Amino acid sequence: MVTNTPDKILEIDNLTVSFDGFKALNNLNFSMDTGELRVIIGPNGAGKTTFLDVITGKTKPTIGKVSFKGKDLRKFSEHQVALMGIGRKFQTPRIYLNLTTRENFQIACNRHKNVFSTLFGAVPTQEKQTIGGLLETVGLTAKVDMQAALLSHGEKQRLEIGMLVAQSPDLLLVDEPVAGLTDEETENVGNLLLALAESHSIVVIEHDMEFVRQIARKVTVLHEGSVLCEGSIEEVQNNPKVIEVYLGSQEEHE
Amino acid sequence: MAMGLGKLRGNSKQDLWIEIGIVVAIALILILIVPLFVQGFRLNMLGRFLALAIAALGIDLIWGYTGLLSLGHGVFFALGGYAIAMHLQLAPLEAGKLPEFMNLYGVTELPFFWQPFSNFGFSAIAVLLFPLALGSILGYLVFRNRIRGVYFSILTQAATIVFFNFFNGQQKLFNGTNGLTNFKTLLGATVSDPQTQFIFYTLTIVFLAATYALCRWLTSGRFGKLLVAIRDDESRVRFSGYNPTGFKVLVFGISAALAGLAGAMFTVQTGLISPKAMDIAFSIEMVIWVAVGGRASLVGAVLGALVVNFGKSLLSEQFPDIWLFFQGALFLIVVTVLPDGLVGWLRREGLSMVQNLFSPKEIATYPSLEEDLEVQREKETLGN
Repeated sequence: MVTNTPDKILEIDNLTVSFDGFKALNNLNFSMDTGELRVIIGPNGAGKTTFLDVITGKTKPTIGKVSFKGKDLRKFSEHQVALMGIGRKFQTPRIYLNLTTRENFQIACNRHKNVFSTLFGAVPTQEKQTIGGLLETVGLTAKVDMQAALLSHGEKQRLEIGMLVAQSPDLLLVDEPVAGLTDEETENVGNLLLALAESHSIVVIEHDMEFVRQIARKVTVLHEGSVLCEGSIEEVQNNPKVIEVYLGSQEEHE
Repeated sequence: MAMGLGKLRGNSKQDLWIEIGIVVAIALILILIVPLFVQGFRLNMLGRFLALAIAALGIDLIWGYTGLLSLGHGVFFALGGYAIAMHLQLAPLEAGKLPEFMNLYGVTELPFFWQPFSNFGFSAIAVLLFPLALGSILGYLVFRNRIRGVYFSILTQAATIVFFNFFNGQQKLFNGTNGLTNFKTLLGATVSDPQTQFIFYTLTIVFLAATYALCRWLTSGRFGKLLVAIRDDESRVRFSGYNPTGFKVLVFGISAALAGLAGAMFTVQTGLISPKAMDIAFSIEMVIWVAVGGRASLVGAVLGALVVNFGKSLLSEQFPDIWLFFQGALFLIVVTVLPDGLVGWLRREGLSMVQNLFSPKEIATYPSLEEDLEVQREKETLGN
């Protein structure tokens, strides 16, 4: 009974999300293969965050369907979607500020996310090792027992990326991962995403064109709630519609 | 912040044993030493306030750690109180006899739901179980529908109104406004006897220590961190893959049971339980204890309960008319000047004040600055 192609991890058909008449997403059609790294760009207000909200179950579509691995996501709640294998990193770092770096990871890494196991289960060694590895990957080993509120913006970004990886999702939704990062940190994040792309499917939303060029194979441009253009970075950059709406000349765009 | 202290926020077996030692020591002091200096009325007051501290711990658990502001825990408190009071009303009677107030209102037969309370075991379990069940069911219905924040608090207030009016109006069933009182015997012992009261006092302390241990266990480790996460960003917790409902129902149910336990211990030491305990004012007082003592610090809940109630008692003796003003002022002070309560203030200002007295101030810096020669040179030439 599977009508969707099994190797498409995400399929979105005629998606419309209307808030009191305002169409945040307007007849959006999108699909993505398993194992793909897709970058979504577009001006602010194009509906990129709403797009992620619908996939993760936070906002219900007014019209249209979202399929993840062939399953219709509309009837699932946020935590169910997360457990199905979709992880999200937010636009501004959204970590648990009152907990330490380590505690943030422990919440993300937890294999059994129900009341009983969380209360009675001890943290298994395997998990401790995973956390250790993640700390190294995002470069936060020195700040492991520091309260997350005291981390710098870049460190908070890296922590959140680490938490996303810790959840070990099949589909990663990464919203502006390099906003506010130094050039070196940006390159590190880019390499991390490329490494992850070998065994995960990733959607990246970004504004930083340098970064997009570093990681992108296929780019989707969103504008006013629907797909304006799709293709490689060169095709998109030379598309007159995209230039008019988003890229403009290099000085205009940040 | 307190980085200079150099103490990591990890768990340490040694710290745990030290804490256990302190709790046991305090309990023993309260049980063995304090009664030598304080007797009668004042000891009874201490016992009653320690019972209230049990409820305060429950409130801290759900409010301080999980962010659920219940303004109606008086209901659970009173349910526990009524459960034990109903047993106390039946205990000294022979079979077939009715409590005095029922005779007064012309009741001829003991209502069916009163009958099991003639058994002490049932009543004791009911003290915990009825509030636990009610809290869990209410909590489940509310949390599963994602009712949070102000609306949740309003709902808890509505619950108090419902229960208050019910118990207040039911003269034949629960003696209405007057409540249940005139306790004579419990398991053969005379309730008003100083020795029996001392046993209640000791039991209260033991229960308080056990409650502290329970809350400590719940709020440390991954579960406790998750509660804090739910408090700070519940929506984010969902995206992490957790369903917050189960966690919230569990702590809300436990806090209800704790309030019930507190209600029972308070009732046996006061000799009375009335619908006033279900009044909104009392429920709000519970929250004020925790706010004054310091949220999310179990010690603060106990401290706040004791400080506020002793203060109230003292002030009521001296200035009976203006206690309510003091209470309002207390609330305002805590909200504006001491948002983290007494314990929070002690941890921040108090601790650094004590440190300054005994040792030179440590300034926390970035490690690389310590090694930078130029910075070191500046430090020496320009002074501190």
